[in-house]
Amino acid sequence: MKVLVGVKRVLDYNIKARVRADGAGIDLSNVKMSMNPFDEIAVEEAVRLKEKGAATEVIAVSCGIAQCQETLRTALAIGADRAILVETDAELQPLAVAKLLKALVDKEQPGLVILGKQAIDDDCNQTGQMLAALADLPQATFASKVDIADGKATVTREVDGGLETLSITLPAVVTADLRLNEPRYVTLPNIMKAKKKPLETIKPADLGVDVAPRIKTIKVSEPPKRSAGMKVPDVATLVAKLKNEAKVI
Amino acid sequence: MYRDLVEEYGPREAMEYDVVVVGGGPAGLATAIRLKQLAAQANREVSVVVLEKGSEPGAHILSGAVMDPHALTELFPDWRELGAPLAQPVVRDDVLMLSESGARRVPDALMPRVLHNEGNYVISLSDLVKWMAQQAEALGVEIFPGFAAAEVVYNDDGSVKGVATGHQGLGKDGEPTASFQLGMELHGRYTVFAEGARGHLGKQVIARYGLDAGRDPQAYGVGIKELWEIDPAQARPGLVVHTAGWPLDTHTYGGGFLYHLADNKVTLGFVVGLDYSNPWLAPFEEMQRWKTHPAIRAHLEGGKRIGYGARAIAAGGLLSLPRPVFPGGLLVGCDAGFLNAARIKGSHAALKTGMLAAQALDEALAAGRRHDELAAYPEAFEKSWLHEELHQSRNFKSWFKRGQAVGTLMTGIEHWLLPKLGIQSPPWTVHRHKPDHVFLRPAAECDRIAYPKPDGRISFDKLSSVFISSTNHEENQPAHLTLKDASVPVSVNLATYAGPESRYCPAGVYEFVKNEDDTDRLQINAQNCVHCKTCDIKDPTQNIVWVTPEGGGGPNYAGM
Repeated sequence: MKVLVGVKRVLDYNIKARVRADGAGIDLSNVKMSMNPFDEIAVEEAVRLKEKGAATEVIAVSCGIAQCQETLRTALAIGADRAILVETDAELQPLAVAKLLKALVDKEQPGLVILGKQAIDDDCNQTGQMLAALADLPQATFASKVDIADGKATVTREVDGGLETLSITLPAVVTADLRLNEPRYVTLPNIMKAKKKPLETIKPADLGVDVAPRIKTIKVSEPPKRSAGMKVPDVATLVAKLKNEAKVI
Repeated sequence: MYRDLVEEYGPREAMEYDVVVVGGGPAGLATAIRLKQLAAQANREVSVVVLEKGSEPGAHILSGAVMDPHALTELFPDWRELGAPLAQPVVRDDVLMLSESGARRVPDALMPRVLHNEGNYVISLSDLVKWMAQQAEALGVEIFPGFAAAEVVYNDDGSVKGVATGHQGLGKDGEPTASFQLGMELHGRYTVFAEGARGHLGKQVIARYGLDAGRDPQAYGVGIKELWEIDPAQARPGLVVHTAGWPLDTHTYGGGFLYHLADNKVTLGFVVGLDYSNPWLAPFEEMQRWKTHPAIRAHLEGGKRIGYGARAIAAGGLLSLPRPVFPGGLLVGCDAGFLNAARIKGSHAALKTGMLAAQALDEALAAGRRHDELAAYPEAFEKSWLHEELHQSRNFKSWFKRGQAVGTLMTGIEHWLLPKLGIQSPPWTVHRHKPDHVFLRPAAECDRIAYPKPDGRISFDKLSSVFISSTNHEENQPAHLTLKDASVPVSVNLATYAGPESRYCPAGVYEFVKNEDDTDRLQINAQNCVHCKTCDIKDPTQNIVWVTPEGGGGPNYAGM
């Protein structure tokens, strides 16, 4: 069984995002970019499935600019077998990525697609669901446990207030939540090996997909600054201020 | 600790290279690049690996910076065509003597030539290093960011064999977790230490081989820097301002810098000599109040702070330089201390020493040698323009040890008057004998310094500053700030010196807190560390030892 894993190149989670002076987006000049942490969990899960013998090949896919190759090399260092970059300079929104992945699912015929549940830059949480719909595949999102047996996946999902366990028929789409696993450290020998693994670059047009954005970003702004607090002498003053000044009670 | 794990889980895997470079800064990358260039010219192969503890090249690089492009031009004559990020030439030099509210500009005619910056560029060294890393990779250098060289590995004959990376996936208690990964060894025919000032392995090899025997002790400063996006109306691209005087007293060495980059950016910072004596002094607070001076504030009003960081600087100059070679390895850049404090510049020296080292390495490799001492490197240094430059400035730090008045006067004589008389280098040499940490005086003998509260617009508190350095360390790992004796912080540092580490640390790593029984203890917030090394230098009993945390941790500087 082939496993297809999607990886997105995002602003590193340690970097404090800064809104561009013109308000058109986040300043990404010269800042560290890395793999979306949920995608790292997805790659780790796919590689573990292969190590357990449940999968035969792990294919990492990324969509975006040429530098996404670095992200794919990281996926290869974790243990993916080969990588595909759908290269474009266009702004990619979840629907476009879902369409690109759908085209690759048609081409590669994986038994399982694992994606991160969402990317930490736009927090959309849409691509997995859209892909499942477009490819007409069963889906199990927010996975914290995945077991593969007899052409089925048993997936534990993190839902509000508890866990839900689903059994879905393969091929299927699974999106990874935080507790699914703890990704391994990439080692120097594996980074070396990753440099020699195959990485294929194609264009959206090769897959017949129109990636033009459907949504327009009007403005990006920082959350308002928290203003300084004040000390009140007693409870009565506090209640009065909450009632009359803050108007919250 | 490492030894035991290696015995238990080892042996470590090893990779073999011609040259192993520790540290992907300007010195390390210049070494690697030059080696590849020389090998290509001679049609030979050379394998070079660079280990970098930061998450990517440039992530731990912080500098002023005004750069003298001399060495870069020697390394890449076509750096302009290659797109090196040297975009903003210096257009004006101002040296200001500050009083509490006034500022006097030193007339151009009195400015020593070391402070002239015609032909130099205002840059971000972090951005330049990112660019250099791309050039190095294009030449075939293997760069491994996110891997810290934690240990020197020696041959049986005592020469350096290489280094070992730190283990990954250790818990707070030092015990392996489920994701534990044993470190690995990188062996080289030669190993180059390019960790920057107060390198943690450099310090070990200097001690092991006695490389500093007969030299003056190294002298350090700590530089604290911010990056601002300013009101476009205030932008004066290419303006370079240096200040002396306020807010420091006349016994404390230090000063401020403020440079206008392109794109409405201003980079500014404050340096304090780590030989300061008053334990109440807080370099971070000096920097914050320095910004409130009218001459500095004017540049920042209406702007926004976007970056913060700090780094110790090796300022001892020629007299403090250790012998930079030993069997199997060498020191380049500020791991040895090639910075020119009089010119307030070091990155040109870092590049130059990397190139000189590469020349010596290339000759040795071509001759089939390994693990010996590359005497050709210090010999080439002594014949270089860099040696001449450092020789002229050799007394700078010594004079300033005698106070600001003597320092200014003698530096003026050596760098302004003598050259006017046709004497390029002063005929006298002034030595220093004491390392920085012994200068601290008991708190009871010193005046407490009352620093103003931050206003949240021009001046800030420490934690909001550390926040924008984007520093982070995997939380579940042993603290990388280690104590030789855990009782000393309270029994000596707090009792005698009022806990200076809580003030000299620019990242809020050290905090004295009360136990439930009202006794004191030192809390070490290692995650905050920006890898500046000040604690390793200034701790009065040298009880704090900085070791490498898990690779990839530490600040994530951009544009710094």
